[in-house]
Amino acid sequence: MSKDRKKNSLKSDIIYPIVGFIALLLVISFMITLVLDIFIDGFEKLKDPSFYISYPSRFPEKAGILSGWVGTLLVMLGAIFWSLLIGIPAGIYLEEYAKKRGFLGKIETIIEVNINNLAAVPSIIYGLLALGIFVYRFKFGESILTAGLTLSILMLPVIVVNTREAIRRIPRDIREGAYAVGATKWDTVRDHILPYSLGGILTGLIIAASRAIGETAPLITIGALTFIAFLPPSPFTTEFPFLSYERALEALMSPFTVLPIQIFNWVSRPQAAFQINAAAAGFILLVLTVLMNALAYYLRQKVRRKYIW
Amino acid sequence: MVAVSSLIGTIKDIFIKRESSNRIDKSFTNPISIRKNEEDIKIEVKDLSFYYGKFRALKNINVKIPAKKITALIGPSGCGKTTLLRCFNRMHDLYPGFKYEGAIILYPDGINIVDMKVDLLDLRRKIGMVFQKPNPFPKSVYENVAYGLRVNGVKNKKIIQEKVEWALRSAGLWEEVKDRLNTNAYNLSGGQQQRLCIARAIAIEPEILLFDEPTSALDPISTGKIEELIIELKEKLTIIIVTHNLQQAARVSDYTGFMYLGELVEFNRTDKIFTNPQNKLTEDYVTGRFG
Repeated sequence: MSKDRKKNSLKSDIIYPIVGFIALLLVISFMITLVLDIFIDGFEKLKDPSFYISYPSRFPEKAGILSGWVGTLLVMLGAIFWSLLIGIPAGIYLEEYAKKRGFLGKIETIIEVNINNLAAVPSIIYGLLALGIFVYRFKFGESILTAGLTLSILMLPVIVVNTREAIRRIPRDIREGAYAVGATKWDTVRDHILPYSLGGILTGLIIAASRAIGETAPLITIGALTFIAFLPPSPFTTEFPFLSYERALEALMSPFTVLPIQIFNWVSRPQAAFQINAAAAGFILLVLTVLMNALAYYLRQKVRRKYIW
Repeated sequence: MVAVSSLIGTIKDIFIKRESSNRIDKSFTNPISIRKNEEDIKIEVKDLSFYYGKFRALKNINVKIPAKKITALIGPSGCGKTTLLRCFNRMHDLYPGFKYEGAIILYPDGINIVDMKVDLLDLRRKIGMVFQKPNPFPKSVYENVAYGLRVNGVKNKKIIQEKVEWALRSAGLWEEVKDRLNTNAYNLSGGQQQRLCIARAIAIEPEILLFDEPTSALDPISTGKIEELIIELKEKLTIIIVTHNLQQAARVSDYTGFMYLGELVEFNRTDKIFTNPQNKLTEDYVTGRFG
């Protein structure tokens, strides 16, 4: 009996940590290999400043990622804007206002269940949806606006779920404390629910955004260009009020490309020199993702310190 | 001119007093009631039943809570004392699946608290609450106390400042926090946090203050301070306190209600409840035979 127990404890206390450690090493080594490999492959281009400020070109040595990173930046700004605009109110509604009873309650339950499913829908499906709605129906064209909206749909489920979880972490006492001094529901949401859950909401946003930043399929579906040798017009002007609405609109409606599409384009070319460009651009994309995740981690820690329940 | 108006005032007083003593007279036949001519009534609970979904948590409660006195609700866990307390400021309404039957009349306005048409914001302004666990907002000390004023539409900074100081002084916290009004309330000790919550509740000058086991999360010294504070506060307002601690009920309250399985078994002056209970269950509970 005790021998068996000894055998068991040997199994669990010695073997499991070893197996677990090997598994961990495997994961880390994949990661390191990948990062190192593209870093070494793309090093020649990464150290060349003109790579960052050149448009794509037929000649691999002249080609750069300017239109790629500007496009990625603008599309992500749009996606973040739209997904926050829709996602936060939706999350707050489901958590704070939704009724659990009656006909409306049933519909809300269906929506609730399906929001989690939406996060698992393949991104190309969202691309097709966006092509049908934004490009053909609303005539937004193959523009930065369309791309931002498309990626925001992709990010929405994650943002809604994270918003709800952040709200759910706020203790009941705090809400009751607010209601007990005569606060309305809106007072409570505005003064307590929203500020205290903001850290969690932002974390969700950044996780969603760092996933969306690498998306290629839905953007190709809505007609992103693979070769583009100009930037959208800058909406800023030298005269007062330093912002031109016509030019901002023009920028929103202009064609674009993003880094993942640029990489895809370069990888599919026969010339070996383009592979270097692809590796370098891939490394930049990776750095962007890591930076965003680091920011998410930082925000989470900061908010945790501020609101310890 | 002054004489005339003071005369009118006196006449009014006589009328109001007569009215309220009439009210007590009528209910004299009710076994659970205050004896004749003793006090003014602040809250009258009439045949109150409360349901969580299908579960009947309160059964035909009848009680009269006297004004400017401390009324304690005691009883074993799950007897419904907190449920009853949370009926007074309609806290149950925050969660689905509640139902009230009967009436709770708030005097002198004569409004029925459990009427679905009652303005809850106005009601909760009149009936403040202090919770079991200190629940300050994760904001500054100042903002915590000012919050009730702000949501009730007070915009004048000077008035808010005065009321905050007044409330903190009334809660006996001013000397301890006057130099750190801008620090986060979470940096205060548990007892200070609870007194901050009391300051937050009294800043809007409620008529009634509900305490839901306010000292159960605190050490004996903090508990003593809160109890002293509760006794001081009764000069200004009516207090209802739910407590698990029988000694606490005996120390602070003027009246005590003993609840068991959703019913109010006995309600009387605190000294009567503890020295000469009429009901066997009450006697068993206060002498520690069960609970």
